Amino acid sequence: MSGFTPDEMMTIAASRALRPEDVCFVGIGAPSAACNVARLTHAPDITLIYESGTIGTAPDVLPLSIGDGELCDTAVTTVSVPEMFRYWLQGGRVSVGFLGAAQLDKFGNINTTVIGDYDNPKVRLPGGGGAPEIASSCGEIFITMKQSSRGMVNKIDFFTSFGHGEGGDDRAKLGITTKGPTLLVTDLAIWKPDPKTKEFTVTSMHEGVTREQVQETCGWPVRFADNVDTTPAPTELELTTLRDLQARTKAAHAGKDRAA
Amino acid sequence: MTKFQSLRDAVAENINDGDVVAFEGFTHLIPHAAAHEAIRQGRKDLTLIRMTPDVVYDQMIGMGMAKKLIFSYAGNPGVGLLRRLRDAVENGWPNSPEIEEHSHAAMANAYEAGAAGLPMAVFRGYRGAGLADVNPNIKSVTCPFTGEKLAAVPSVRPDVSFVHAQKANKKGDVLVEGIIGVQKEAVLAAKRAVVTVEEIVDDFDDVHPNSCVLPNWTIAAIAEVPGGAHPSYAHGYYDRDNASYLEWDKIAADRDSFKNWMQANVLDASPDDFADRVKNLRGDA
Repeated sequence: MSGFTPDEMMTIAASRALRPEDVCFVGIGAPSAACNVARLTHAPDITLIYESGTIGTAPDVLPLSIGDGELCDTAVTTVSVPEMFRYWLQGGRVSVGFLGAAQLDKFGNINTTVIGDYDNPKVRLPGGGGAPEIASSCGEIFITMKQSSRGMVNKIDFFTSFGHGEGGDDRAKLGITTKGPTLLVTDLAIWKPDPKTKEFTVTSMHEGVTREQVQETCGWPVRFADNVDTTPAPTELELTTLRDLQARTKAAHAGKDRAA
Repeated sequence: MTKFQSLRDAVAENINDGDVVAFEGFTHLIPHAAAHEAIRQGRKDLTLIRMTPDVVYDQMIGMGMAKKLIFSYAGNPGVGLLRRLRDAVENGWPNSPEIEEHSHAAMANAYEAGAAGLPMAVFRGYRGAGLADVNPNIKSVTCPFTGEKLAAVPSVRPDVSFVHAQKANKKGDVLVEGIIGVQKEAVLAAKRAVVTVEEIVDDFDDVHPNSCVLPNWTIAAIAEVPGGAHPSYAHGYYDRDNASYLEWDKIAADRDSFKNWMQANVLDASPDDFADRVKNLRGDA
């Protein structure tokens, strides 16, 4: 298969990481596309959960917000938000949390709260929403984001959600028993934490990507695994599924816009 | 026992300057009409609570009504940041509201604790999270049985909560369907609750026995306001007006365009205008 964009490669590579038996707490944006591509290709029985309370949802189009009616219409059940966070997330029912990030560091700590100082911010971002507890209560965390030196930084401005802290066994020291970030998929590469230091390490680069490109768009000195693979290109099925999903989404959202 | 009132009277009787107020709705059933009525009535010095303050909180903040904000995600869903909130927090315009920021888990637990009549909520959370360092209302307790350290936050107990719902019956019982969010908890946690509904029906005889129904004696006032959630949606009645959320990003980008929009669409408008705003969004909802 030839002719695909880095964004498409990112979404498809992220979708491949999900297993058919996973129960996945889905963040909005890039994670939502990846999770639904997984559901529409190799993982038809995957359980997708959005924090608005929809469990086992199967949207035909991607939602604009985490509470679109489509998510409720297609869900196995819709529960209240307190029940979602107490019984299902805190109760340990969710195997994977799939998050995006405004700022990310090499240990998978995420900032979506402020740029600059908390009390006197340069940019006030929306905040964490469900992320702080998603990051600690899900079995493991997958992260997906486009690479940029502003987004992938040496030091994040605020610890919205905890990844591996300063690395090593920092999670265990805080009494967190879940695995934390185990995968980062960007538009250029696939990264996994080093088993000991927990620093994200490039294990696979997408077709045609160079090490220099990966470094130029990352704010910390990039570590590469001893053997860096090439990410398999999207298959015909994967690419068609993603493009059809995006086309349906675009048409649906345009169609629902208010008449002028 | 509840009473059926005009929205104007329901708001006038139930919200005072300085109150702790929740206008809830988790992306769905957001009580826009009720909040606009509070704006028209010029309420101020409010402590505004909501898990997901979005466009309507941006409007109240921009109008200078907020003394304090308690929230867990302040954004325009699917669009981006809240520009009036940013102007208030970053530049102090028109004032600098105090911020008490939580996670969703904390807020959801705090509403539930409020509904349960407890002073605080206990949950497993905030581990390694920066909010615990900047919000003095995030503390911890040790489980007396296992020794596990758990997060504790004060319960949410508003003076008054406003929610929108699909329907009330003639007795004043209220039915909430679809993404129910924290509507039930917001009502039960509050001293007073005001509900706007799409319609008033004879009875709930066709309603499933386990549906989310709030009995009439839990609600202070009900106002029938068709379209009252717009640009949010009412499951089964009309769709979310995504275009309005996108437009808001431009309107709120500038103080003058914001003020002009508020004058034309809120200050010079009435609850009756909401029905028109959703007429092209009905159909396949």
